[in-house]
Amino acid sequence: MSAPAPRFRIGDVVRVDSRMALGHCRTPFFLRGKTGVIVGIQGAFHDPEKLAYHKPGLPRQVLYKVRFKQSDLWPNYRGKPHDHLEADIYEHWLMRISAEARSDSHAA
Amino acid sequence: MPEPKRKTELRQGAGGRAAHDVGGLDFGPIDRTEHDLALWEKRVDAMLILLTGPKKGAFKIDAMRRVIEDYGQQQYDSTTYYEKWIRAIRNLLVEQEILTKEEIEAKIAAVEEAMRASGRELQGGSVPWDDVGGRM
Amino acid sequence: MPHDDHDHHHEHSHEHGGQPYRHPFQRDHDADPASPYEVLEQAIRELLIEKGILTSEEIYAQVDLMDSRSPALGAKVVARAWVDPAFKDRLLANTRAALAELGIDIGSLADFRVVENTADVHNVIVCTLCSCYPKMLLGIPPAWYKSLAYRSRVVVDPRGVLREFGLELPDHVEVRVHDSTADLRYFVLPRRPEGTEGWSEEQLASIVTRDCMIGTAVPVEPATSAAAE
Repeated sequence: MSAPAPRFRIGDVVRVDSRMALGHCRTPFFLRGKTGVIVGIQGAFHDPEKLAYHKPGLPRQVLYKVRFKQSDLWPNYRGKPHDHLEADIYEHWLMRISAEARSDSHAA
Repeated sequence: MPEPKRKTELRQGAGGRAAHDVGGLDFGPIDRTEHDLALWEKRVDAMLILLTGPKKGAFKIDAMRRVIEDYGQQQYDSTTYYEKWIRAIRNLLVEQEILTKEEIEAKIAAVEEAMRASGRELQGGSVPWDDVGGRM
Repeated sequence: MPHDDHDHHHEHSHEHGGQPYRHPFQRDHDADPASPYEVLEQAIRELLIEKGILTSEEIYAQVDLMDSRSPALGAKVVARAWVDPAFKDRLLANTRAALAELGIDIGSLADFRVVENTADVHNVIVCTLCSCYPKMLLGIPPAWYKSLAYRSRVVVDPRGVLREFGLELPDHVEVRVHDSTADLRYFVLPRRPEGTEGWSEEQLASIVTRDCMIGTAVPVEPATSAAAE
């Protein structure tokens, strides 16, 4: 079976959906509703939200490495403005905000 | 076989997140004491890898995580890693109809009897049964 | 416990075809009063073996396999990457294949990614949702890695947590936390310290600790380590 084509590209600015998870999911609560930049496309994987209930996990979901500015995640972040957090997020949790990365959060 | 019920129990006072989803909360200082694993814990680790592996395919690691997440905050916070695991393996083997609750209970009684007979002390108590697969 | 002793020796001599057991079990743990969870483990294991779902040979082979995975194995990989830039490139591009070159099979459960520390970026690994860890390279994670305290705090206050581990990072260095939320396992390729020119791979590996590959420590520079002696 061919892998699903990724909907997002590296550099796209995306927002993590803020929906409530009913049952197993791998999108951490602290990232929901937050905006980040796609920095990697990790491949397509069976959907853990379905595998967890003994279903085949189809359709497969493209997994993205998303980079967030720490200061966007925590209102009182105690580190430095150039600190980041990265997490692997499945496509069905992401929405595109814009195709162009904000220069400040795209800096490696 | 009916599909297991979805039943996310929320962590209290944590904004609507599930018990396991702890990023950004505060559980105090990190205890960095090193622990060696007991042999039974190594066996739990081994059984999980074998049962979820391609050869056996008893269940997916995702199902294991779901069962652990469904314990709810009190059980989640008060049990150790391998305690959570063996309890979830038990639940999933019943959920997948590989073992029955009755044969597990009978075997536990036999193991306890054998341990007592050999002079091994028992802590006593039992591992609570969960609402396996959402079916009571 | 005399009986336990007998029990383990019996099982192992059986499973290993009479070979002595290669790694000591934690006698002190196993001699404690058996908790209901330990009883449950034995009950489940015996039932699975009786039903032919698992064999005790498979279980012990798997225990042995995990015991063969340790931070020392990871340190060997790091040292090779330090001395062989082409290997480092392959390790970063296709971690599974590069590890296989060194005879390390990471199995089918999860793929690995390596994140490289540089002069400007320090990486640290966590799994906030459970305790995902590159076990097939580094072995069983330390208890603190699985603790609610580490999992909850390192994402919101990484510099504070690293300070607790004794690692104070310069302000200009970016701290990059990796939350292993999905099907990939991460480990850190630390920076090779100054002053290690001409060291053998074995010498280099000796300064790469488990925590260096999680990102809560960095390899200690020779001058510092000499001063500590």
